[in-house]
Amino acid sequence: MSPGPAAPTPRAPAHAPSRTHPEKATDTMAKRIDVSGLTAFYGGHRAIDDISMSVEPRSVTAFIGPSGCGKSTLLRTLNRMHEVTPGGRVEGKVMLDHEDLYGTSVDPVAVRRTIGMVFQRPNPFPTMSIYDNVAAGLRLNGDFRKKELDGIVEKSLKGANLWNEVKDRLGKPGSGLSGGQQQRLCIARAIAVQPQVLLMDEPCSALDPISTLAIEDLIGELKSRFTIVIVTHNMQQAARVSDRTAFFNLSAVGRPGKLIEIDDTERIFSNPSVQATEDYISGRFG
Amino acid sequence: MSDNALTDRPQVTGPPSAGPSLARRRLPRWTPALVVLVSVGLGVGGGSLAGWESRVQQGLIAALLSVIVTYALTSLVEDSRQARDKVATSVVWVCFAAAVVPLVSLAWTTVSRGAELLDGYFLSHSMGGMTNIEEGGGVYHAFLGTVEQVGLATLMAAPVGLLTAVYLVEYGRGRLAQAVTFFVDVMTGIPSIVAGLFVLAFWNLGLGFGPSGFAGSMALAILMMPVVVRSTEEMLKLVPNELREASLALGVPKWRTVLKVVLPTSMGGIATGVMLAVARIAGETAPVMLLVFGNPLINPNPFSGAQESLPLYVWNQYKLGNAASIDRAWAGALTLIAFVMLLNLLARGIARWKAPKGAGR
Amino acid sequence: MDLSHTSPAPTAPPPTPPDSDPSAVKGRAVHPGDKIFRGLSRGSGITLLVIMAAIAAFLTYRASIALSANSANFLTAFEWNPQGDPPAFGIGILAFGTAVSSVIAMVIAVPVAVGIALFISHYAPRRIAAPLAYVIDLLAAVPSIIYGLWGALFLVPYLDGLTRWLDRFLGWTTLFEMSNPGSPARSIFTVGILLAIMILPIITNVCREVFLQAPKMYEEAALALGATRWEVIRMSVLPFGRSGIISASMLGLGRALGETMAVATVLSPGSVFTWHLLDPGSGTFAQNIAAKFNEADEFGRDALIASGLVLFVITLLVNGAARYIIARRKEYSGADA
Repeated sequence: MSPGPAAPTPRAPAHAPSRTHPEKATDTMAKRIDVSGLTAFYGGHRAIDDISMSVEPRSVTAFIGPSGCGKSTLLRTLNRMHEVTPGGRVEGKVMLDHEDLYGTSVDPVAVRRTIGMVFQRPNPFPTMSIYDNVAAGLRLNGDFRKKELDGIVEKSLKGANLWNEVKDRLGKPGSGLSGGQQQRLCIARAIAVQPQVLLMDEPCSALDPISTLAIEDLIGELKSRFTIVIVTHNMQQAARVSDRTAFFNLSAVGRPGKLIEIDDTERIFSNPSVQATEDYISGRFG
Repeated sequence: MSDNALTDRPQVTGPPSAGPSLARRRLPRWTPALVVLVSVGLGVGGGSLAGWESRVQQGLIAALLSVIVTYALTSLVEDSRQARDKVATSVVWVCFAAAVVPLVSLAWTTVSRGAELLDGYFLSHSMGGMTNIEEGGGVYHAFLGTVEQVGLATLMAAPVGLLTAVYLVEYGRGRLAQAVTFFVDVMTGIPSIVAGLFVLAFWNLGLGFGPSGFAGSMALAILMMPVVVRSTEEMLKLVPNELREASLALGVPKWRTVLKVVLPTSMGGIATGVMLAVARIAGETAPVMLLVFGNPLINPNPFSGAQESLPLYVWNQYKLGNAASIDRAWAGALTLIAFVMLLNLLARGIARWKAPKGAGR
Repeated sequence: MDLSHTSPAPTAPPPTPPDSDPSAVKGRAVHPGDKIFRGLSRGSGITLLVIMAAIAAFLTYRASIALSANSANFLTAFEWNPQGDPPAFGIGILAFGTAVSSVIAMVIAVPVAVGIALFISHYAPRRIAAPLAYVIDLLAAVPSIIYGLWGALFLVPYLDGLTRWLDRFLGWTTLFEMSNPGSPARSIFTVGILLAIMILPIITNVCREVFLQAPKMYEEAALALGATRWEVIRMSVLPFGRSGIISASMLGLGRALGETMAVATVLSPGSVFTWHLLDPGSGTFAQNIAAKFNEADEFGRDALIASGLVLFVITLLVNGAARYIIARRKEYSGADA
């Protein structure tokens, strides 16, 4: 039922994503992330210390660990959102395929466009309609024709499993939706700009179980297109949605968080190699 | 619930196969500083070459230039989005500079001109027995007048304002409270000269009294009341309800709860609010001019006869317009500004010191 | 303790206590102390209302005395001669001067104030922002007579070059034509600039608070979409701040309309109507009262009170509009939360 592809336009601005070779795009869209020696600070406080890990393309990687272990901080360093927090500072490398996100000539704005993010609390722009919310990121990146934009908005809303629920009220404000719908609207908004990686910061923690299930289903569908990293407090959720799981821990409150281990989710939940992981997963702390 | 959207997805958009690079051409970090330097240079140099000697013009030209140059450079080297962003940044900085310049000039002029005459003699003498063009004289009578008038105004306005705030927060329901809230807002916006005219109509023209410090303090009280009500209200609202409930649950009557629990908890903030209000009315000239009239002699009695006050002194000396009186006007202005700033700093000091935990600031 | 900063809750204003709780106790056996205290505080509230009513009543009464003997059209006449025989006075020139100076002040002050507020809330390094906000707070407390003194003795000579330049290049617009180039800039234009500088701190303070209250979560949303700083502000700060900016401007306008001393020191008034904003002349309500008060007899004072009544009504309307907008904003954001 999709209305067919929007025709590639020659007048697309140079910096807007060019619309060529759809098949090729499928192959190259999701990228891998290699983190090495990453340390993040809040002012003088070291929030995470010397983290090295890889995130595989077109898979879901979950970050789990007790409160304050720095999993959300790490997530925010992956699209350079950490540095907008006052006092936020990062050392180390984050490679997106072959490019260092923290390289000197790299534009943080371009990084955030390439690596989308979904937040803990659904945050559709309350002053915009549903349609405008989804189109918000695209409009930043140049002028689209109305028809093009319509097509992308519909695609994205379908991609977020929200189209059928909102197609009759695209002009209504996004704040009128339920929490779960708002969160899916935020996902639609994030995928509308065709990012290569999607970061999700406890996307379900503010939602009821039904909405959570809807989002989890959606994550399962999205991973065929995007590299997904999800931070979650909920270990069942990590077990359900992720392919790989990274466990973080901190030695004491106020100490920096460290990566304890990262492995296939199955292994982490059945036979982890570190005792602390097993203790955490079996609910002995955290 | 979803259809096959995911399988036929990528026709719409998609990065080119190589993926767009995250890097982009950027202007070096020192560009803004350079742009400002060049613009100021051009503004001042070009301005004076063209014979526009006013620094205001040169500044405006420099500001305009820096915005334009920023836009041109960024859109050449980077892209239009970045250019818009950079222009916004430079406009915001220009706004900042444009505001800082006059405000700094105001402060500097007042301090440097005022300091010429401001000394112990100036503070301890009045203008008694002096001709207008004579040098010397002082501000003592004006300072005394201001302290008395502001003191009386505070004595009238603070209790009424405080109790009104208590009424609004602790008791106020229904239409009376709504009306009071609305008219407190309205009162905040009364021009000071209108308050002066009211007291003039009521006290002087209506009841036939002559000018006096007290008449002025009534007008000042009218200006002060809404400010006290607003700030006290804010402070009382910050007192957690649990405190009230705990006290009431112990069987303490409401009025004692308010007096012994609520007010002491917010005393610091209330004192700050009152001080700020005092600082505000201390500088009011218009109503004082209508009602206190001005007097070169020391009149310690605010209830009878014309008095002087600091702002009025500045105005009168300015109006005389000779060199000696202008000097005195500046010195008076510095005295006034020092007095007002002292009250402000004191008030903020109290606020910081006594801030209830969790109230922030 | 969660260091991850994952829940950027909107920075809401301090919660007001719910309407009902503490006074739920009332109604049962009322303590005599309670009765007295309640009566006192209620009485204070009523005192305030009485004062407001008295202001309106006395001003109207005295104004009516003056107006009944006025031989000119009060609203349109330009002259101010209540001592004449018959007395003739009107607020035409005052209304014009007040409106023009306020408009000039707003045109300059509002954009600059919004810029400074954004500078403090979103651009300045934190080390500068906090002290700067503090200093602007203090500047809002500088007495207007000092602005007036500075304006008359410092700003007026400084604006000479600018006014001559405006006359030379924009003289053809009539507005910027000077009848007598080189005369001191004691004009309604200079008054407008001075008023702009005066109300700048007030408008800036309100705007800054409003901008800081814009929920961080929407700024993050915009950032994560790849918005530049300006785009973040346009998408998620200004939409929240719009009504705040309007009401802040109205408050500033209220100040500018009623300002007395800063105008009285700078302006060299006149009673001849002219569109030449750079020429001395014209006047404002408040300035006229200050200037004519000393020479006025009782009837002259009544006439001045009549003009003060007009000013009172105008500022009431402006402030009322500002409050209305603020109240609507509260409703709006309340429904949204």
